[in-house]
Amino acid sequence: MTKSQRLFEVYRTGLVILISLLIAMVIILLVSEEPGEAMKLFLIGPLDSLRHIGNVLEMMVPLLFTGLAVSVMFSASQFNLGAEGAFFFGAIGAAFIAVNWNLPPVIHPTVAILWGGLIGSIFCGIPGLLKVKWGSSELVSSLMFNYIAYFFGLYLINYFLRDVNAGAMVSHRFVETSKLIKIIPKTRVHFGILIAAVMVVITAIFLFRTRWGYRIRVIGTNIRFARYSGINTDRAIILSQVIGGFIAGMGGSIELLGMYRRFEWQYLPGYGWTGVIVAILARNNPVYVPVAAFFLAYMRIGADIMSRSTDMPNEFVAIIQGIIIILIAATSFLSKQRHKMVVKEAMS
Amino acid sequence: MTDEPDAILRMENITKIYPNGIMANKGVNFSIAAGEIHGLVGENGAGKTTLMQILFGLNHPEEGKILLEGKEITIANPNAAIAHGIGMVHQHFMLVPSLSVAENLVLGVEPRKGVSLDLPEAIRTTEALSKKFNLKVDPRSAIRDLPVGTKQKVEILKALHRGARILILDEPTAVLTPQETDELFDELKLLKDQGNTIIFISHKLNEIKALCDRVTVMRAGKSQGVFAVADVTEQDISRLMVGRDVILRVEKSVAKPKKPVLKVQDLMVVNRFRKKAVDDISFTVRQGEILGIAGVEGNGQRELVEALTGLGLYASGDISIGGKDIKKLSIRGIRDLGTSHIPEDRMTYGCAADLSIEMNLLSYTHDHPEYNKNYFLMDINAINEVSNKLVEEYRILCSSPQQEVRRLSGGNIQKVVVAREFSSNPKLIISDQPTRGIDVGATEFIRKRLVTLRDEGCAVLLVSADLNEVMELSDSLIVMYGGKITAYIEDASSISEEALGLYMLGLESQGPEEIRRVCHD
Ligand SMILES: Nc1ncnc2c1ncn2[C@@H]1O[C@H](COP(=O)(O)OP(=O)(O)O)[C@@H](O)[C@H]1O
Ligand SMILES: [Mg+2]
Repeated sequence: MTKSQRLFEVYRTGLVILISLLIAMVIILLVSEEPGEAMKLFLIGPLDSLRHIGNVLEMMVPLLFTGLAVSVMFSASQFNLGAEGAFFFGAIGAAFIAVNWNLPPVIHPTVAILWGGLIGSIFCGIPGLLKVKWGSSELVSSLMFNYIAYFFGLYLINYFLRDVNAGAMVSHRFVETSKLIKIIPKTRVHFGILIAAVMVVITAIFLFRTRWGYRIRVIGTNIRFARYSGINTDRAIILSQVIGGFIAGMGGSIELLGMYRRFEWQYLPGYGWTGVIVAILARNNPVYVPVAAFFLAYMRIGADIMSRSTDMPNEFVAIIQGIIIILIAATSFLSKQRHKMVVKEAMS
Repeated sequence: MTDEPDAILRMENITKIYPNGIMANKGVNFSIAAGEIHGLVGENGAGKTTLMQILFGLNHPEEGKILLEGKEITIANPNAAIAHGIGMVHQHFMLVPSLSVAENLVLGVEPRKGVSLDLPEAIRTTEALSKKFNLKVDPRSAIRDLPVGTKQKVEILKALHRGARILILDEPTAVLTPQETDELFDELKLLKDQGNTIIFISHKLNEIKALCDRVTVMRAGKSQGVFAVADVTEQDISRLMVGRDVILRVEKSVAKPKKPVLKVQDLMVVNRFRKKAVDDISFTVRQGEILGIAGVEGNGQRELVEALTGLGLYASGDISIGGKDIKKLSIRGIRDLGTSHIPEDRMTYGCAADLSIEMNLLSYTHDHPEYNKNYFLMDINAINEVSNKLVEEYRILCSSPQQEVRRLSGGNIQKVVVAREFSSNPKLIISDQPTRGIDVGATEFIRKRLVTLRDEGCAVLLVSADLNEVMELSDSLIVMYGGKITAYIEDASSISEEALGLYMLGLESQGPEEIRRVCHD
């Protein structure tokens, strides 16, 4: 991309976000009895206290992981939506280690996170394997696998980790050594955010500076060219899915060990889906993932704060996310302007 | 320049810029008179196809207008063009291979019986048209079984059937043998006598001379003027086309072939229609020689190349490169034997258009030690250095090696492909249509390089549908027809185009003994 085109993409993304926020405002105006208050809470609520800023950062952590995971998988043009299941299932794997094992601090969470990552990579690797072996659509199989992850995961918790004394269907408490430490006082922001930051750097280096990442990107742009060049496309496809799954599985484990005392999810937490939006906003570029994750986390926390003290439900975030996806995916959105820019460049 | 006769169609001040920023037409004026055959010449990339696609509604100009019989019209899509009586036969045919001639002819305007196609009626229509315009086709045969020349006739009939009075033919002779070309010219003259107007695109000047009344010359997106063909010489046109005198003559010494590098023995390839696409052929290519494969496209060349490079499978026979059997090797394995491949279709196989030039130059060598700092990291400096060097050496016109390949012109994209394939120390180069659709400068450059590599001891297999190229560049030639080798010409300069044409059409064939001479030990 030339510089001006890259600028154009930034401009386009910015405009998409602006439009979706404007639509959000309109919805608030139409629905709410107290639109002024609702808007204020939605837009600046996340900044009005350390606790709220902490909330945004906490929310960013899982989105960073799933956003990176999806970016890697999508970079190979594989539309694997298994990040959701890998996140959930990775967390369940970590829960087993956090409940049942006794290890020194630092080592305990490290082992749990790696184990969760491993489970995530198997989970996302299978749709990749099915794709290269039998050409079955990774989109469909990964969606199916998410259901398997959900039901099988709950089964495992229920039969092997359930604390019968607790009122709800939750696991036993995690061993204290397994937990990630909090790093900002008066918030729940935990060590996981630092791991996430490191992962952003590692993933960017992996995609842009290693031969494996190079192969993944070549496959993602033109798989026939990759094959012609002698790249083992099957292997690179599976690698991209395994790595994506690993990151998602790590994310699930970290979220669990940083934020909870027991495994208590009753539903798929949805971070994998949001990760898809993060990746789309970031154009599958790990470097932009933090920006996209911050934006989405901010919006969610804003909506959350708003819904707690006004009559606006926070589900309306889903509408905004939907609009963002549609506008960004619509390649023809602003294509006239883009063409004008090209024409101007060519004429000059 | 000639005075304007009454124009039936006029394009004024057409400017077209593609999304990749290439300005393919710059303020072009173009007009044709009723009942003439109007030549449109210019070297590859001059913007001829673009201009005609605008006329046919496939492209939309940034500026300019189109006047039909003096009235301004807008042509939003091909249907609108057809409604105005404008028809186009494309460079690449747009026919459904599995359907019959008649079915293709009526596609989109089918005669119906109830809800289904009235096939007998379609066949009658085809026969009637075929007779009227003297374009001989068999309505019942499937397109995929037809030779290229006949497919082209179907395309022309298709356009006429839809009511075209102005017929655009985009490089129709590029795929034809000399004999087929003559036949086409007779048919076109007949169409003209029946009152049709024809726009004939070519970059072969002798054809323009033989067929056209007037000619418009294009260079680098601009019109260089319109001339009565009788008033100008081929040299005049050529100078206008290229901006200088060019003689596309490859300077090369006599080949000194040494040991065979590629040996093909009794090779058989079966295609997806279960036809024997390559039917029991044997040949060798030796160090220091360029072996050309002449033949009309679709006679097994593609399948042969795919088998040799590992992109496709073969049913039986043996292929060895540098003494190694390739049956069990991956594409990578074959490349590691020193095989380079210039693919026929550079956009599909030859590049990743959305990645940078640099990334495209590395697709085979990216894991070699010289581009990796350690086990994990690639060496960005080494990569920059080598891509800068290659961009310079191959004179790739670009803003920087980081520019996306998509933004380059056809000739420069091909240079990226060639730079990559030639720079990995090849022992065998499989060069499939290496200069198709690119400008004279790049063509000259690539041909010279091939000769240089030959002189350095490379074995070169050259597949080309361009008769001039295959005759000029090859040391020896084989001709393929219907998946078989019909002739081996040891000295490529000793044969005439016409004689070659007879082999290409399968009208003549050498005996097995003569053909076997292409196998060396
Ligand atoms: N669809 C396209 N997108 C971008 N560039 C194109 C496209 N088609 C043609 N071009 C570029 O426009 C220029 C003119 O191409 P074309 O009209 O095909 O020339 P000609 O038919 O005279 O060979 C070339 O540089 C070519 O690479
Ligand atoms: Mg053309």
